[in-house]
Amino acid sequence: MGKFLVRRLLNYVVLIFLATSFAYLLAATNLYPRGYFEQMQPPPTPEAINTQLDTLNLNDQTPLAQRYVTWLGGVVQGDFGQTIQGREVTPQIWLKAGVTLRLITVATILGSALGIAIGAYAAVRQYRMFDKAATVASFVVLAIPTVVIALSVQVGATAINGVAGFQLFLFSGEYSAGFRGEWWELLLNRVHHAILPTFVLAVALFAAFARYQRNMMLDVLGSDFVRTAMAKGLTRRKALFKHALRTALIPTITYFTFTFGVMVSGATFTEKIYGWHGMGAWLIDAIFQQDVHVVAAASCFMAVTIMVASFLSDILYAWLDPRVRV
Amino acid sequence: MSTTETSTEAAKAPAVPPAPNRVKTIVRQLLGTPRVIIGLALLALLAVFAFTGPLMTGWEVGERDFTALLDEPSPEHWMGTNKTGQDVFTQATAGLQKSLLIGLLVALLSTGIAALVGAFAGYFGSITDRALMWIADLALVLPSFVILAILSKHFGDGGWFVLVILLAAFSWMVTSKMIRGMTISLREREYIHAARFMGVPSHKIILRHILPNMSSLLIADATIAVSTAIIGETSLSYFGFGVQPPDISLGVVIADGSKFANSSWWIFAFPTLLLVILVLAVNMIGDGLRDALDPQSKSRRS
Repeated sequence: MGKFLVRRLLNYVVLIFLATSFAYLLAATNLYPRGYFEQMQPPPTPEAINTQLDTLNLNDQTPLAQRYVTWLGGVVQGDFGQTIQGREVTPQIWLKAGVTLRLITVATILGSALGIAIGAYAAVRQYRMFDKAATVASFVVLAIPTVVIALSVQVGATAINGVAGFQLFLFSGEYSAGFRGEWWELLLNRVHHAILPTFVLAVALFAAFARYQRNMMLDVLGSDFVRTAMAKGLTRRKALFKHALRTALIPTITYFTFTFGVMVSGATFTEKIYGWHGMGAWLIDAIFQQDVHVVAAASCFMAVTIMVASFLSDILYAWLDPRVRV
Repeated sequence: MSTTETSTEAAKAPAVPPAPNRVKTIVRQLLGTPRVIIGLALLALLAVFAFTGPLMTGWEVGERDFTALLDEPSPEHWMGTNKTGQDVFTQATAGLQKSLLIGLLVALLSTGIAALVGAFAGYFGSITDRALMWIADLALVLPSFVILAILSKHFGDGGWFVLVILLAAFSWMVTSKMIRGMTISLREREYIHAARFMGVPSHKIILRHILPNMSSLLIADATIAVSTAIIGETSLSYFGFGVQPPDISLGVVIADGSKFANSSWWIFAFPTLLLVILVLAVNMIGDGLRDALDPQSKSRRS
């Protein structure tokens, strides 16, 4: 088991390294940092631009291989270079990652738990009112892109705020700028800001999970071992929870890994629309600002999160399915 | 596709007793599912709309009516106009056309890649399997969003087709893993062994025996891939990383309208409604197909 884990982790490190390198090389060859300086007012002299680009290791007159090696040398020591404005990237990664991870983690836990619960219950009550309502709801939500959900919720919140006459829902920023108070007031302020973006992400996730879990649960409900469990005298509740739900969760866990990638990109849109300064918003801004090092750093973060999610789902899988542990 | 051929052949052969016609049963079953009927009807309606819509109005795609900027829906402009005076109805239907094309092409390509990679990996096992699945893992980890966003500037003429290829290149991995798993269990079946001992080359076994056996899964999955691709394109276009002008897609129209969602609702609401109906229709068909084609799910309808 230990050897298996080590090999797995090693493979992950290699994949993350390749993904990050690929992102760097693509950004370095296709983005145009020189343009960022050329359009400054007043325009700096070409010599000034060159020295600036050289200190940032972004000069397109330096061979790509040399730039890559310099950058890689820094990354190995935990230094992702500087942003195009000349600030250190590495300390900012932690800041932005924190924002994004808070958003994703809460939304994932809420969305998947709700989705699994509703999907499983809908399967038990197949073709009853609850099942039909849940099916219609998840079908409609699945048909709407996260961007559109985020925008529509924002429009709705504006309307509700207008009716209520005060800021019932907040939809810009992660906390009120210049807000001061006790720690619990600060916390409350953050929670207040987090409601809508978390809701948007959780809703999208809920629909996918509810649909998937319902199908998996239906497959399991008709199987012999559930009937046996009930025949040997288990209560219906116990049979459903211990045997049916647990088995039906196994494929859902695998599904979780795949949705996580979608989730990270969904968070990008949500962050950008709700004005959160997280990884996704940072990445979009970086692409517009021709900021090569930030693009590479954000790509590395995304690769790491996907790998962590995949690793987590392996562990969960082993916990739920005893056959894997052997 | 191939299941169609095999079943008609079986019906023609005189020596074989008339087997239950699989196609007929499936069609009957599909027609008995309201979901599929509604989905197909909606999709057909939208397709007609997409290809005749831009011709129905007097306005050209991209043409500007400077007398009507940000106008509400009127007999002149059925869905109103946007801030540059373009007719939203014409823009939305022209966008719908491209979105449909993108969705169908991406689904076809990505399911094709997934089927081949998954089947080859599962059938050959050992090194081929490891190599192909490692590539799939790598494609999962590569920041597809960054790649699409950066390359979108260089699309140039006919750029939407490059977008199709890139979208397909990053959406085959999950299906291919599923197909690999199924191939591994199919590989040990008697008829596969029989074919192998008769000296049928491996690639023919895969194409003739293994993939047709998964056709139901492939068709259902391709349908879902259509809606995924359309949604992916919309999201990219929101940031200007998707279809580039002069091409126009539903995502581009929605992105334009999103800035006016609060003040001029019609620019945002109408194209969004079209998109939601389109994806909903495709999903309904896909879901119905999966239920009808997947023998395991028969129990669900009892």
